[in-house]
Amino acid sequence: MSLVIQGGHLIDPANNVDGKKDLFIDDNGFVAGVGKAPSGFRAKKTIDARGRIVCPGLVDLRARLREPGLEYKATIESEVRAAVAAGITTLCCPPDTLPVIDTPAMAQMLQSRAWRFGLAFIHPLGALTQRLEGKLLADMEALDEAGCVGFTNALSPVTDTLVMRRALEYAATLDLTVFLHAEDPWLRNGGCVHEGEVGTRLGLAGIPEAAETVGVARDLALIEQTGCRAHFCGLSSARAAAMVAAAQKKGLPVSADTTAHHLHLTEHDIGDFNTQCHVRPPLRGKHDREGLRKAISNGTLSAICSDHQPHEPDAKLAPFARSEPGISALETLLPLTLRLVDEKLLTLTEAIALLTHKPAEIIGVETGHLGIGATADVCIFDPETRWTLTEDKLVSRGHNTPFLGQTFRGRVTHTLVGGKLVYETPKI
Amino acid sequence: MNQGLQFDDTGRLRHLLTTEGLSRQTIVEILDTAESFISMGEREIKKIPLLRGKTVVNLFFESSTRTRTTFEIAAKRLSADVINLNVSASSTSKGETLLDTIRNLEAMHTDLFVVRHAESGAAHMIARHVPAHVRIINAGDGRHAHPTQGLLDMFTIRRHKGAFEKLKVAIVGDILHSRVARSQIHALKALGVAELRVVAPKTLMPTAVEKLGVRPYTRMEEGLEGVDVVMMLRLQRERMQGAYIPSEHEYFNLYGLTPAKLSLAAKDAIVMHPGPMNRGLEIDSAVADGPQSVILPQVTYGIAVRMAVMALIMGGASTSRESGMRDSASKARAPTERKKRK
Repeated sequence: MSLVIQGGHLIDPANNVDGKKDLFIDDNGFVAGVGKAPSGFRAKKTIDARGRIVCPGLVDLRARLREPGLEYKATIESEVRAAVAAGITTLCCPPDTLPVIDTPAMAQMLQSRAWRFGLAFIHPLGALTQRLEGKLLADMEALDEAGCVGFTNALSPVTDTLVMRRALEYAATLDLTVFLHAEDPWLRNGGCVHEGEVGTRLGLAGIPEAAETVGVARDLALIEQTGCRAHFCGLSSARAAAMVAAAQKKGLPVSADTTAHHLHLTEHDIGDFNTQCHVRPPLRGKHDREGLRKAISNGTLSAICSDHQPHEPDAKLAPFARSEPGISALETLLPLTLRLVDEKLLTLTEAIALLTHKPAEIIGVETGHLGIGATADVCIFDPETRWTLTEDKLVSRGHNTPFLGQTFRGRVTHTLVGGKLVYETPKI
Repeated sequence: MNQGLQFDDTGRLRHLLTTEGLSRQTIVEILDTAESFISMGEREIKKIPLLRGKTVVNLFFESSTRTRTTFEIAAKRLSADVINLNVSASSTSKGETLLDTIRNLEAMHTDLFVVRHAESGAAHMIARHVPAHVRIINAGDGRHAHPTQGLLDMFTIRRHKGAFEKLKVAIVGDILHSRVARSQIHALKALGVAELRVVAPKTLMPTAVEKLGVRPYTRMEEGLEGVDVVMMLRLQRERMQGAYIPSEHEYFNLYGLTPAKLSLAAKDAIVMHPGPMNRGLEIDSAVADGPQSVILPQVTYGIAVRMAVMALIMGGASTSRESGMRDSASKARAPTERKKRK
């Protein structure tokens, strides 16, 4: 259905659009005009966006939907509903499902099940090694054909450096992007928090910052040798971000992201064993958080992602080390990023770029912008609405977030995927 | 940091989860109350009715005969009904979660859980989820805390050295993995010791340990220089496998407390150990059994201190961060005193 989004402040960083402009969407769900209607255009529907920001639908590089295999935590349906309620229209899913996404059938099944709901676009990341065991390479070409936008061993480390070298070499052969969770498993040594002041006070086994930097150093050496295009996922330390910056300066084909929560929380937020702050990589010290913020503002990190990991309540009702790591984070991705704008770390345009076309470029998918002819994935939000995150407001089945009770500014009012209105704020 | 969970709305000690956040006043109150119980063990009838009709469950997810026994004796001397449960051998092996176990026991109208668990924070987690009338005493959680051990150590120091303000204290050994050390550190800081040192090789020294208010030493000779109290820690033999130290022999050479090393401390320094000791690994028998050792009295005091803690959080007596200290101590002591008058 053709429609016009009228009177909003359109921000489309990829196309250098930042101003009050109407957006015209044709019957097929593509952008037909920006600012002025194409000739003969007749809108069947109008969305009044006065006082709101209109931007491309958000692109989240890492979200677990828990299906298949862990449906007691969440399902594709529950989580894509949460995604669109948060303005997210494209999601990348890591392969650590049950079974693992290491066959074309699994990749296709995930996409077809997601598309059945007609909500957000789902792009799987294929397994780098079979069953994520770090021993034999997965069928990357077949997985690529089946729609995988990148390859990763998720949080299962490829401990054998030779296997890692060959995985990167093979991916480079096929011009594929490898997503890396850099962490030396030996230095991690079963830790569950940052090795620092809070871990020492609480007697929790620590993961030293060196576990991440050693992992990044190893992988950078192999990237340089193999020429593979690589993306570092969820960096947590200032030093790792600086190493990526140096590699980029050297011309290596590397990008990196961090999570919204690592930009706001530190180890001190764990307080007295708050398992909602149990995440992997762990929340680190203030110095690291500042380093990540700097890397976001200077462009070293080119995406902010949710790293959404919904859990059932019991997963967090355990002693800290035995609780499951992860935050239900789709619905705080935009609000936490807007908080960086309030804190003057980013302009609104920069913030939106980190959530839209920049992550889209990393996965090589034609989305994240609203140029003429682009698929009309659109997020409309009211930047001034203040709201408090409560359990009943969460659409995700996972209520595991340390941000419950916090007040945010900026609330999604409409989400369109392929020109179709898939979310509209319920009328109060 | 722990005040919210350990204290109730009126500032009374509700649970004992850690010594962190306990005020000097609260610790002194516990020690004073323990003092009133210390002579009970020498009496013919070692019982007072302070917890009569109350049910205490010793819930041990990690085996420890010694600690469990001292809690059992303490509760029985206060006339409580005591049940010992070794959960590692039953429920959890059948897949039951920690909270399920607690909820089931709660349904049996337990008043106080004494909990030992291998994971740091287990006691906090349980305390967050029990009803308001149920009390929790942490009997050791992972590497985090063993508050009654810390308090009995304070009791021992006070009995043998008096005031804390002029004392130099060294804690020696596996600081990294030690819940005892953390509890000692918080208690000693609250009591205002003049100087608090920790001594360990870097492999057994936690990162940023100085943020706990201690001065780290890696050489034992320097760490012991002039101290008034030497608190030795137990070294688990499996640390040898974890590449923390090369051998028992080398550890003993560098960090074992021998008469020669002890001679660097103050002449009247006391030697403590939470037990059980590894003789020839962390301590020489000549020191363990020597005149400066107060290791056996620590065990004796442990019962009185655990009675005091149970009495204060269960027996209607109150501890307060800010006030009410005198009142609560006298209430806790009242039954003993009444008995004396008889």
